[in-house]
Amino acid sequence: MSNPPRPKPRLEQENTPFWTGGAEGKLNITKCGDCGQYTHPPRVLCRHCLSENVAPEAVAGTGVVETFTINYQPWAKDLEVPYVIARVSLDGVPGVFLTTNIVNCPVEDVNFGDAVRVTFEEQDGIFYPLFEKAN
Amino acid sequence: MASKEAYITGIGQSEVGVRLPRHPMLLTLDAVREALDDAGLTLDQIDGVFTFPGKSPGYLAFSPIGADDLIDTLGIDAKWHMGAMEQPAQLSAIGMAAMAVKQGLCRHVICFRTVYEAGGMTNPEVYMSGMKQPTVSGASQWTSPFWATSAACWVAQYASRHMHEYGMTREQLAQIALNGSRNAMKNPRARAITKEELTFDKYMSARLISTPLCLYDCDRFSDASTVIIVSAGDALDEVKCEPVRIASMAGSVDRYSWDQVDWFAAYETGQDLWKHTDYTTADVDTAQFYDGFAFLPITWLEGLGFCEKGEGGKFIEGGSRIAIDGELPLNTNGGQLGAGRLHGFGFAHEAVTQLRGLGGERQIPGDPKVAVATSGGGPMAAALLLAKD
Repeated sequence: MSNPPRPKPRLEQENTPFWTGGAEGKLNITKCGDCGQYTHPPRVLCRHCLSENVAPEAVAGTGVVETFTINYQPWAKDLEVPYVIARVSLDGVPGVFLTTNIVNCPVEDVNFGDAVRVTFEEQDGIFYPLFEKAN
Repeated sequence: MASKEAYITGIGQSEVGVRLPRHPMLLTLDAVREALDDAGLTLDQIDGVFTFPGKSPGYLAFSPIGADDLIDTLGIDAKWHMGAMEQPAQLSAIGMAAMAVKQGLCRHVICFRTVYEAGGMTNPEVYMSGMKQPTVSGASQWTSPFWATSAACWVAQYASRHMHEYGMTREQLAQIALNGSRNAMKNPRARAITKEELTFDKYMSARLISTPLCLYDCDRFSDASTVIIVSAGDALDEVKCEPVRIASMAGSVDRYSWDQVDWFAAYETGQDLWKHTDYTTADVDTAQFYDGFAFLPITWLEGLGFCEKGEGGKFIEGGSRIAIDGELPLNTNGGQLGAGRLHGFGFAHEAVTQLRGLGGERQIPGDPKVAVATSGGGPMAAALLLAKD
């Protein structure tokens, strides 16, 4: 059994570094060159100081499971369930969270506070940042 | 001339069903007629039309009728109208109407919400034409690619954390669905949605959707139209009904996101509702809280200050406090879990019904004077404080 293709984000100026950074193994988050803070979702300006001096920065790619749900409802035909949807807080990137999947472990092994690291899944030119347990 | 106050003067609702054959425009007409009769108004006295979210062309099932459709079809001479998604949740359409009558732009405004999400599935080419897009963009690009497809998944994450941080249990959460089902059994308009009362055992053994939410924690696609007529304070001599004052309203949000926030907008909106009124939570006789997912009323209970943050699970434990004869009767018509996904407007409809003492079998005891109606989840939040004063 194989899963249906993941919904594909439409690439735009702001989001391309995020969705394609995985080609170089990079988890890119938009950072302000002036105030040093991060803006996510990515915008063409810094949401903290309104500076236009923003650029994608490769962050550590590690983080913590801030919360999660085990999803049992197949939202698409042939979608394999259950799977874990998590809200991951990124190390070194205060205030930024990613909704993602925790993969490569049984769903019952995922817990609050788990240390996780990014692992990219490529599909049709998009590098989906999924996470797996760090230990 | 500007009027200081805005009142709800008429409420109406079509049949509520699942896969109703009746055209959504006709469902809307049914609700309009009932609301006009209720207010003692005629269509030629209506001079404004407000709705949420306006017609949604790619997904007509979600919102098949626009304000402009209604104006043109019914021949309304509108001095202002609006249908928009970018406002603070469903009930904000009523809030906008209140602003219009306070400003003196309109005297009597039809606010409506028509849904055809069940019926629309029988004709996807018309009602769901834009659902299959080659790519996702906007906010959904941050969730859909990870198969966090439904708001159920987004709400579930916050519900799950609430349980982890504060110890809310599934047994406690069950009370929202159980209360909704119990009340829906006393609501004639909920017959098609709740046919038998949900039991605790059935709830606990139901299939899971997205933990901790099970099937009965999620509302069900329905077909219906709900109309609320908002009138200017200086036009009350034209109505023949018991008006209910919109004593306060709020729709605050500081971050428009489902996953970059610590808490849902219900918390900020809940606090702000009390900044425009002398009423407090102690004055509230009944609460009608958006329950598209069972966790959302918890956020409203806490956000509005009926209990401390984190205490929502304990507040509803056992269900007696939120029952029809409890200290804060909640979702007395069954809410959306029990009475169908009317998408926000049902809560205002029921608040007015209770304040007028017209709840029939489900009428709360005493002489209720103040009610809160809310809508929304995540970054969407609108709250109305309604008073018979």
